[in-house]
Amino acid sequence: MNWFLRNADQVATALGQHVVIALTALAIAFAIALPVGIVAARRERVHTLAIAIAGFLYTIPTLAFLALLIPLVGLGPANAIIAMVAFSLVVLIRNVATGIRGVSPDVVDAARGMGMSAPQLLLRIELPLAAPVIVAGLRVAAVTVISVTVVAAYVNAGGLGTLIFNGIATDHAPKIWSGALTACALAIAVDAALALLERRLVRTRGA
Amino acid sequence: MLVDAWHYLVAHPVQFGVALGVHLALSVAALSIAAAIAIPTGIYAAHRRGIAFAAVNVANIGRTLPSLAVLALVLPLLGTGFAPSLFALSLLALPPILLNTIAGMRGVDPDVVDAARGMGMTARGILRRVEWPLAVPVIFAGLRTAAIQVISGAVLAAFIGGGGLGDFITAGIAMMAVPQMLVGAIPVTLLALAADFGFGALQRRLTPRGLCA
Repeated sequence: MNWFLRNADQVATALGQHVVIALTALAIAFAIALPVGIVAARRERVHTLAIAIAGFLYTIPTLAFLALLIPLVGLGPANAIIAMVAFSLVVLIRNVATGIRGVSPDVVDAARGMGMSAPQLLLRIELPLAAPVIVAGLRVAAVTVISVTVVAAYVNAGGLGTLIFNGIATDHAPKIWSGALTACALAIAVDAALALLERRLVRTRGA
Repeated sequence: MLVDAWHYLVAHPVQFGVALGVHLALSVAALSIAAAIAIPTGIYAAHRRGIAFAAVNVANIGRTLPSLAVLALVLPLLGTGFAPSLFALSLLALPPILLNTIAGMRGVDPDVVDAARGMGMTARGILRRVEWPLAVPVIFAGLRTAAIQVISGAVLAAFIGGGGLGDFITAGIAMMAVPQMLVGAIPVTLLALAADFGFGALQRRLTPRGLCA
């Protein structure tokens, strides 16, 4: 506890790095998963294929994935971010597709009857109604990404894992505690925040 | 690169065999311990509202914890080696099994249970011959998730001296020796895929025919 307080700035820096890496990965993953999920919602074959590929990527053990990327992209944040994007695709694609498929056909019909074009339908009806399921996917993906970022410190990506690895290397328990507990707290806080958002969306969207 | 990895593997057969053995032992033991705790707990909790609520909440928090953080937290408490790694991995495997056991048991149609009771089945008979078979596919889905998590987590056990295939990866990264890294990374990936496939097949086989769509 003393070490933690004396080195609060060091922990804060690591936490900041951690959040930046995790957010970057999540943003990239979402940018890929959203269009793929939208197409997958309408075409069964795309859905099967996308889930099979993303599911395969998800199964690869974290550290093995990071190691396999080293010959291709070397050490550093790029390596970590590619791995994290790969890990979060499956849940994001699945939830975007499931969310859109869950929109009542009657609602879609009504919107079409009102003269909405396909893009309007997507942006103003389908995506807003799918939002709670999409946020549920983001929640799982965010926790995954935070967890992978801890390991990614081993390939020099920075973040809270750095404290853990330094602590292990120098046999300095307080450093390990600070890194590990802060990482746990971050994961729990993000999960709780997104759970709250999810519940609020369910209530307002009446899904 | 793959050829170099193969040469490395052929040159270190004993080392590889031991690492693979330790990795499998860690994974199987952790999964068994977690299942032995989580399945009975889940069955007990499923029909008790308060306990189920508490169990689901605790398991949900447990599920969000980063694997490496849990392994690292065990280090100052229990030290390094096989046993501390096993302890941490068992903890990591608990939440998915517990959550799926509770979900599976609660997902059994109350009408079916009612019908069984009406036919004069005892509580134990209902559990063994009605609820359990109907819940098994969901429980196995939890085991599948836990198995992949444990195999993946066992790689990280190398950081706290747990041994296993992660040793090749960490040593390979430390010395920037790509072949050595691959000797750890490729088998462990295959192991995870095999577990995913195996549990998936088992899950389908154990699904009662009446539940198949």
